[in-house]
Amino acid sequence: MALRDEWHRARAVAWKDLTAERRSKAGFNAVAALAVTILVLFGFALGPDSEAIRAAAPGALWLAALFAGVLAFNRSYQMELDGGALEPLLMYPGARRALFAGKLMANFVFVLLLLVIVIATSLVLFQVAVPPTWPALLIVVLLGAVGLVTLGTFYAAMASRSRAREVLLPLLLFPMLVPVLLAAIQATKALLVGGAMNDAGAWTSLLVAYDVIFLILTFLAFDYVIEA
Amino acid sequence: MHSIDTELAVDATGVARRFGARWVLRGASLTLRTGEAAGLVGANGSGKSTLLRILCTLLRPTAGTARIFGADVVQDPDLVRASIGFFSPIPGVYDDLTARENLLFAATMLGRPKRTADETLERVGLTHVSNERVRGFSSGMLRRLALARLLVHSPRLLLLDEPYNNFDVSGIALVNELIRETLARGGAALVVVHDVASAVPVVGPWFTLRDGIVVPSSGIPLGIPSPTPALAMASAGGTR
Repeated sequence: MALRDEWHRARAVAWKDLTAERRSKAGFNAVAALAVTILVLFGFALGPDSEAIRAAAPGALWLAALFAGVLAFNRSYQMELDGGALEPLLMYPGARRALFAGKLMANFVFVLLLLVIVIATSLVLFQVAVPPTWPALLIVVLLGAVGLVTLGTFYAAMASRSRAREVLLPLLLFPMLVPVLLAAIQATKALLVGGAMNDAGAWTSLLVAYDVIFLILTFLAFDYVIEA
Repeated sequence: MHSIDTELAVDATGVARRFGARWVLRGASLTLRTGEAAGLVGANGSGKSTLLRILCTLLRPTAGTARIFGADVVQDPDLVRASIGFFSPIPGVYDDLTARENLLFAATMLGRPKRTADETLERVGLTHVSNERVRGFSSGMLRRLALARLLVHSPRLLLLDEPYNNFDVSGIALVNELIRETLARGGAALVVVHDVASAVPVVGPWFTLRDGIVVPSSGIPLGIPSPTPALAMASAGGTR
């Protein structure tokens, strides 16, 4: 019963965030534009060597998603702070992990949409063909997004209490994301531009392990970081 | 976890709170029984809002204890939050949602049926704008929407911080009606006000927060007391 209530509350938070985001539009458009710009800049930086471009594609697409994602994570709490809505949100009875779950779901949808744009742009810009192992690639993208969103949503909650939240979030988040990014990039590389399937399997397993660990830890610690 | 005490709505003892080196509360004690609506007055910066925010679990006290219907605000915050409704000067609504969507969200978060959102919108006089985004609302309309959120909750204890701000006559009547209904249900209310006149019909006893301590007022407070010069210096210097 309590779990069902928490699920309803988490779903309400996600619906509220996504509805507000859909209505404002400016947020997603700006974040997607930033991601595409980063990819184009990578293309310029790598020069005309098509092999080098193809080899760098997995790293470029995940870094573009990371940099653009940071803006999205910040926005998700900025929405609460702008209208003074964070306090009423924290005042609702029930476990606060439902709030975290709701924010997580909304950010997950947001980052997945972002990744669709980033991957489509990467395939064109970096001249990479859709691999026959695309279902495995899809799983890697989903797992990478879970890791990115879990840590991003958690550290954005922590930074939301600080005046320097825009600077603080990347400082806290980037070092913690290194293992997730490394695993996601290597698994994507193995599937997208060649390499043994075993490599992808090992990196994917690592990604699953990181996701599970970070999900458990962030849910346990959320109550403490959101406190005033 | 403590059992719910039906007699004492608020039982705060020696509550102190420090922000940096400045002590805002220095051992405030306050008891409020069910069926009572107490008024709390005090000069700007005297700590009225801080005390309310401690009672509604948004701030932790630096020292002292506070219980709401027997539940400790630090040890059992979930239990406390289930029985209180906090009305802040900031409406805390979502600009990009409509008035109805804001209330539907509140109803879901509070585990109330969705129909309460429509009923409440009608009661606060916002039915005609229920499907409009609140971004264009006046401050009075935003306050009505925040009040509607409180009506959806219908808590046992109301913690109201300057509830009459930006309200017209009908808005003031609505606030007083909410207080009366809560008392009739066996609840209680603690009302922080500067506009004492609006609260007089429903509020009493009265307390004054001065020098970080709550003192009972002998009658309806006519003027808002200023902190003593000695205390103002001590606050800045960090002594409690």
